[in-house]
Amino acid sequence: MKFNHRHVLSMEQFSAADIHAVLDTAENFLELNSREIKKVPTLRGRAVINFFFEPSTRTRTSFEIAGKRLSADMLNLSGSSSSVVKGESLVDTALTLRSMNPDIVVVRHSHAGAPHLMARHVGAHVINAGDGQHQHPTQGLLDLMTVRQRFGQIEGLKVAIVGDILHSRVARSDLIGFQKCGAEVWLCGPPTLLPPEFARFGARMTYNLEEALTGAHVIILLRVQAERMNSAFFPTAREYSQRYGLNSEKLKWARKDAVVMHPGPMNRGVEIDPSVADGAHSLILRQVENGVSVRAALMMMLLGGGDRPRGDA
Amino acid sequence: MSAGVREPVQVMNRRDFGRALDRLAHEIVERNQGVENLALIGIRTGGAFLAERLQKQIGKIEGVKPLLGIIDITLYRDDFANGLSNPVMGPTEIDFSLAGKKVVLVDDVLFTGRTVRAAMDALMDHGRPTRVQLVVMCDRGHRELPIQPDYTGIVAQTTRSENVKVRMKELGEEDGVWIEPPRPRTLPVAVLPPPAKERSKRKK
Repeated sequence: MKFNHRHVLSMEQFSAADIHAVLDTAENFLELNSREIKKVPTLRGRAVINFFFEPSTRTRTSFEIAGKRLSADMLNLSGSSSSVVKGESLVDTALTLRSMNPDIVVVRHSHAGAPHLMARHVGAHVINAGDGQHQHPTQGLLDLMTVRQRFGQIEGLKVAIVGDILHSRVARSDLIGFQKCGAEVWLCGPPTLLPPEFARFGARMTYNLEEALTGAHVIILLRVQAERMNSAFFPTAREYSQRYGLNSEKLKWARKDAVVMHPGPMNRGVEIDPSVADGAHSLILRQVENGVSVRAALMMMLLGGGDRPRGDA
Repeated sequence: MSAGVREPVQVMNRRDFGRALDRLAHEIVERNQGVENLALIGIRTGGAFLAERLQKQIGKIEGVKPLLGIIDITLYRDDFANGLSNPVMGPTEIDFSLAGKKVVLVDDVLFTGRTVRAAMDALMDHGRPTRVQLVVMCDRGHRELPIQPDYTGIVAQTTRSENVKVRMKELGEEDGVWIEPPRPRTLPVAVLPPPAKERSKRKK
């Protein structure tokens, strides 16, 4: 099995075999958590820059822990504290970073495609940590890992992704990833947040939560972003919660062994009821744990491949 | 330098292999005065099967089996930075602390010593053993680091480019040790420059 990827930009770049190879490696990284010394020397002397143009604690911390476990030097830069606010273009930022000779640059940006542009100029491996409403491939991989761990396979499962599909990069990465691995993906949300164009990806779509959940193995809830609550996408958070929020009653529509996942941060009482978030079906904390392993596996696989990208993507 | 082998040569057959295994098991329990606090740690993948066999053999001799673990050294390799092509990592299975244990590292072939160096680093991250010893089925020479085995199945004279294969029934083959001729070295096609004629054509 050859892992022929210089960058991790989108779930689209991976074959099902690639995905399983990453997950296999990530599974082996879990063992590090139980050790006395949770650090290995693999990436000693390598530099990883976390460049977050958009606020994030969870994903940034996850990358930081993953890099530190591998002994890489981690450097955190945030958009608000960098020269970006002074009007520097993305390409100039990339060229500046390039002259610092990093090995991996992890990029989060509010515009779709920003990591792809970075990849063309930064001269290092780029990992997309979320770009606009486009992709969040490491989240997609950790979701796949969490599901595979529980069910032993992904093929043939029914996966319901519920909530703000329109604005969600997690939904896009999950949709592509689960489909590549042979799952049946259902998208569900209010009509204003469920664009009909998604049918082109081959997803099943419904506005009715019961239909989406019936027979589902996996329920992935998406965060209702606070800034949308006051715009016209749905009347009130309460109404959203009544129609699309998951509580223990509605969870009964799904299979008995169904699992509930959420990329976080959650709005308890809006898209997820606390009884579900803390209940036996929830794998939300497992997702966080797996996130570190997936990111460590990707860093190792990118840098283990040998040649390092120069200017060309 | 000798010309080396042209055909695979068997230096240990199934019966030799069984006798060596038996002797190694005896030597290990003798040197460690039993199996108390003794842990066999096989280096993935060849050493893992060998460690299992030694555990079974020592169990037969002493009536008690020593502890058994398997270690993967991918994350500790010193050639990581030079670009391994697609390192494949296997699981490490050590479900006990190594603190206070007498550890016997088990590998099938000892060559440059770099694998053993990496395995020792990995071991230390699982606790502080009181002693670490090394057992190998075949010592083929050509060390690049100051590492020597405590117990050896066979010492084989080899040239640097030959391959030493320890075959075991766990891998679907009959137990034995073989020396194989060097693999033919081929350059990737893309690296070869086009013939001179073509190059001059291209310029026109």
